[in-house]
Amino acid sequence: MISALALLSLWLGVIFVLLGALGLARFPDIYNRMQAATKCVTLGVCGIMLGVFLKTGFSALGIKALICALFILITVPVSSHALARGSLIAGVKLWKGTIKDKFTEDRGGKSIIEEEK
Amino acid sequence: MIPIIILIPAAFFCLYRALQGPSIADRAIAVDMMGVVFSAITALVALQYQLSYLLDLSIALAVIAFIGALALAKYLEGRSLDD
Repeated sequence: MISALALLSLWLGVIFVLLGALGLARFPDIYNRMQAATKCVTLGVCGIMLGVFLKTGFSALGIKALICALFILITVPVSSHALARGSLIAGVKLWKGTIKDKFTEDRGGKSIIEEEK
Repeated sequence: MIPIIILIPAAFFCLYRALQGPSIADRAIAVDMMGVVFSAITALVALQYQLSYLLDLSIALAVIAFIGALALAKYLEGRSLDD
C-alpha cells in the first residue's frame, strides 16, 4: 500500500516536472513562462521528494528528502516572486495578448504591454 | 531508473530557455529551475543506489539556485546587494 502510494507520488512528480519544463520552453513571454515553470516544478519536485520519503521511511535518506521538500516548497515561490517583480520594474515587456497590467497602473506608470505590430 | 531518464529532457528544456531567452530574467528563471530539476535528479539517483549523502548535494543545489535567483532579482530591481 505504502509502496504503491510512493510510486504514484513519484510518477506524478516526474510528469509535473516534465510538463513544467515544457511550458518554460514554449510559452510566449516571461510571466507566462514563470507561471508554468515555478508552480509545476515546485509541486513536482515536492512529489518526488515525498515519494523518496515514502519509499525509504524514517531513515537518513527519507528525513533528508523531507527536509529538502520543505525547503523547496518555501524558497522557489519566493525567488520566482522576486524575479517577476524585478523584471516588471526593469521594464521587460508583457506579451501583446495581455489584457491588464495592474502593477504598473497602481504605481502610476504607463502600462508596458507590448505593441501590436 | 526510468524517472531519471524522463527528467533529463526537462533539464534540456531549461537549458534551451537559458541559452535562448530574450531577457536576463528569462535566463535567471531558467537557471533557477535547472538547479531545482538537478536537485530532483540527484534525489532519484540517491534512491536508486541507496546513498544517503547524495541528498546533502540535493539540498545544496536548491540553496544555490535560491540565492542566485534572489541576487539576480535584486540586480534587476536596480538595488545593490547590501541595500
